[in-house]
Formats: sequence, structure tokens, C-alpha cells
Amino acid sequence: MLYLSYSDYAALRAHGEETYPHECCGVLLGNAAPDGNHVRQIVRAGNTRTDRAHDRFNIAPEELIRIQRQARKQGLDIVGFYHSHPDCPAQWSQTDFAEAHWVGCSYVITRVDQGNAAITNSFLLTGTSEEDKKFLDEPVEIEVGSVENEQEKGHA
Amino acid sequence: MKINIPTPLRAYTGGQQTVSVPGATVGETLQQLTGAYPELRLHLYTPEGKLRSFVNLYLNDDDIRYLPQKEATPVKESDELSIIPSIAGGCRRYL
Repeated sequence: MLYLSYSDYAALRAHGEETYPHECCGVLLGNAAPDGNHVRQIVRAGNTRTDRAHDRFNIAPEELIRIQRQARKQGLDIVGFYHSHPDCPAQWSQTDFAEAHWVGCSYVITRVDQGNAAITNSFLLTGTSEEDKKFLDEPVEIEVGSVENEQEKGHA
Repeated sequence: MKINIPTPLRAYTGGQQTVSVPGATVGETLQQLTGAYPELRLHLYTPEGKLRSFVNLYLNDDDIRYLPQKEATPVKESDELSIIPSIAGGCRRYL
């Protein structure tokens, strides 16, 4: 299970809309627990694949190191990543699978149709090595309390 | 020197986020690391002993692939080595 606040869920989808028709990407920070990955914060990252950003993404390792350092200071860890699929299904592709190496992490994919975020899915990378890794469909729980908080903020 | 272990490899370091190992160069510290945690070797190196293409090693903020001395680069106790698997993908199949 991936646990995500409503504001983070909305923010990662909005990121995909902003970068359309290019892919967006970012990092999910939080804590891994026996019941799943709990996201406490999302961090936007730059897509270095400017040569074909419409169907590829890559996060610079230097940026990832910076994000990881900041996270550690807050007691958080990298628990997953997100990216968008402009006008493509919210399913992992062969490229996503080949390039996935963070076993135990959640890979969130949002389909963005003509600039509008559609379906968002999550896939948990499991396995013990490159040879036996696989993606499993991962349920996402949007924390309802955070929706109410957002609504309260809106009425304030 | 401190080595930062990424989430997916902590299963092989007893859950530790960072591991401190001795060594005068990047290569020596990596040997110490894989000596102490042998299962890591399979995840960091190919059977031929080459660093796997998706594994990035950064000495502080520098990719060791681009350091003049690469794995022979001298290290200080205060340096940090980060192991960072790559993050990439995309919505279409290989062309």
C-alpha cells in the first residue's frame, strides 16, 4: 500500500499537467513501514532527458543526492518516485521496467491526456536482483484527513 | 569514511543507512564494504567485476566515473561516498 496525502497526490498530478507534453518526475520522501510506503513529502525533480522529454525521463544523480541529504535531515527516506505519461496509459512501460532499480520503492505514474491529469497508478518494485525483479500493482490510499484539512484551508 | 546506502540495498547492510569503513581510496573503501557485506557485490558489480551501468558512485558531489583517478581517488575520513542507482524511464517501448 502507498499512503499519500491529498495535497501531495494533487501536487504530483499538477506537476504532470504543467510539464505536458513532456514527462515530469519527482521523488517521494517518507518512511517505509510493514504496511507500506508512507509519503510525507514530494520533491519535484528536473527531467534531464531534454532530447526526448515527451517520452523519457531521467533524474540526475546529483539532484537525487541533494534530495536524499535534505530528507535525511528531516528523518525521511526515499520511498518512491513519480513521473507522468503524456497521452499514454498509466501503466509501467518496458522502459520503466528496464530502468527501475529501487526495489521496495513505489513508482507512481500519472496519465496526462491533452494536458489534464487522468488516472494515477502506483507500482511496487519487488524482487531480490535485476534478474527476478517485477512490478506489482500497488493500492494507493489517499489520506482523507488531509482532504478535510485542505478544504478547511480553502474556507479560512 | 561514510558510505550512504540507498533504500534498496539496505537489506544487505542489516538495514543501515550509512556504513563506515576504512580505506585510503574509493576502491579500497568499496572493497572493505563488499568484504563486510558480501551480498552487496552482486548488486554493485557484474559477474565480470565491472560496476553495473545503473549504479552511480559519488564521492561527495563528484561522479567517480569522471574523476581523473576514478576508483584510485584518495579519500579522507570526512568524505562521503553515495551509492545511487539511476532513476529513469518513459512511456514508450524501446525504439
